[in-house]
Amino acid sequence: MAGTALRGRLTWQSATVTAVMDETPSTRTISLSVPDWPGHRAGQHVDIRLTAEDGYQAERAYSIASAPGEDLALTVERLDDGEVSPYLTGELRAGDILEVRGPIGGYFVWETGFGGPLLLLAGGSGVVPLRSILRHRALSGSPVQARLLYSSRSWADVIYRAELGGLAEGVSVVYTLTGSQPPGWTGYARRVDAPMLAEVAWPAAPSPSGSPSGSGSPSGSGSPAGGPLAYVCGPTSFVESVAAGLVGLGYPAERVKTERFGATGG
Amino acid sequence: MSPISRGFHRKRIQAPADRVPPGQYVTGDFPVLSAGPTPHTALERWSFSITGGRETRSWTWEEFRALPAETLTTDIHCVTRWSKLDTRWEGVSLDVLLGAVSYDARYALAFSDGGYTTNLPVGDLLGGRAWVAFGYGGAPLGAEHGGPARLLVPHLYFWKSAKWVRGLRLRATDEPGFWENYGYHSYGDPWREQRYAGD
Repeated sequence: MAGTALRGRLTWQSATVTAVMDETPSTRTISLSVPDWPGHRAGQHVDIRLTAEDGYQAERAYSIASAPGEDLALTVERLDDGEVSPYLTGELRAGDILEVRGPIGGYFVWETGFGGPLLLLAGGSGVVPLRSILRHRALSGSPVQARLLYSSRSWADVIYRAELGGLAEGVSVVYTLTGSQPPGWTGYARRVDAPMLAEVAWPAAPSPSGSPSGSGSPSGSGSPAGGPLAYVCGPTSFVESVAAGLVGLGYPAERVKTERFGATGG
Repeated sequence: MSPISRGFHRKRIQAPADRVPPGQYVTGDFPVLSAGPTPHTALERWSFSITGGRETRSWTWEEFRALPAETLTTDIHCVTRWSKLDTRWEGVSLDVLLGAVSYDARYALAFSDGGYTTNLPVGDLLGGRAWVAFGYGGAPLGAEHGGPARLLVPHLYFWKSAKWVRGLRLRATDEPGFWENYGYHSYGDPWREQRYAGD
């Protein structure tokens, strides 16, 4: 797998916007048609380039929201002080053309052969690449059990709410709403912490005797063996605490893959 | 010819072109990027070693901290497009560390707690251009930013500045490290926008 994530030179390609759909008040899914799209793996990202009339260009990276085999789709969160995301979530229309290159990233990916069970942990828009993984799991008919723990500020901020409510057998979604909760909410209402992880996470595989846990190489992961496989994506504080919590529960470090969304750039 | 996005305008103040490489924007934050959980190694179990020379050389934390250290102010450039200007570091120059070893290798593979690796030409680690940094902004380097010590090679994209670094393997041939195996550029010069293989 290593070394095969990208082949040759990654060139900029024109992409036509085929649809835009608001997911929440601050996020929008952008569907793109890319004539020579080479395909992508679940969990990868792309670079987007915008060009202003005066020639000014800005590039940003966004996670891919669609499954392998589907047309390219991105879900973008608007950062009000950002330069690119307000344009993508506010101005962009179907028929517009922008530039993409990718796919990029070969580590924070899941393929059916990796096995599981899968534990997906999302903070806010960190759910985007995990949604690609869940769609890939469903479309490929994988029997791997999957569980998503998804932390949002409020119910209105939950991205893919309808889709996550109708997931296939073998998938469960647990929400925690850290800011405000709708009337009658009985779910979690706090930041993800160690007791919550202990309740929601698959039990860690017992570590083989004599083998120190947590010392493995990250490049050695992705093998089918080894118990639950965790993917953590969100803001840095979320990823730091969740990844540390999983290691505390006995997850080997090489079975915990992380991706971070800083509140910068936009 | 790139398509024009009508209604898209520059919002950020243009950064000085001699400070910020192409495709980068300046941030005041210090974003964190890593592929797995943050390792925590106790200082009494920490060491920095250089292998692949005529002899292996290793320093305990105490020995490492007794080496002459420098403070420096520099700009850093992440391949994810943020640049941070005037960051203040404290560290031991690789000139000091490599100066304690005899070798004729041309390449180095830095290795870290957690299994991370990255490759660099030895020449890029010499000449006052690379450090093993243990201080940031006047305080000990935090674990999320690579503490207790990280490589600092500010003239290359920041993934080359391996967090939680524990040593160098000197080699006659170049061997890709962790991100380089996943398609990132082998050298990573931000001024030439060497982000991905083939750039």
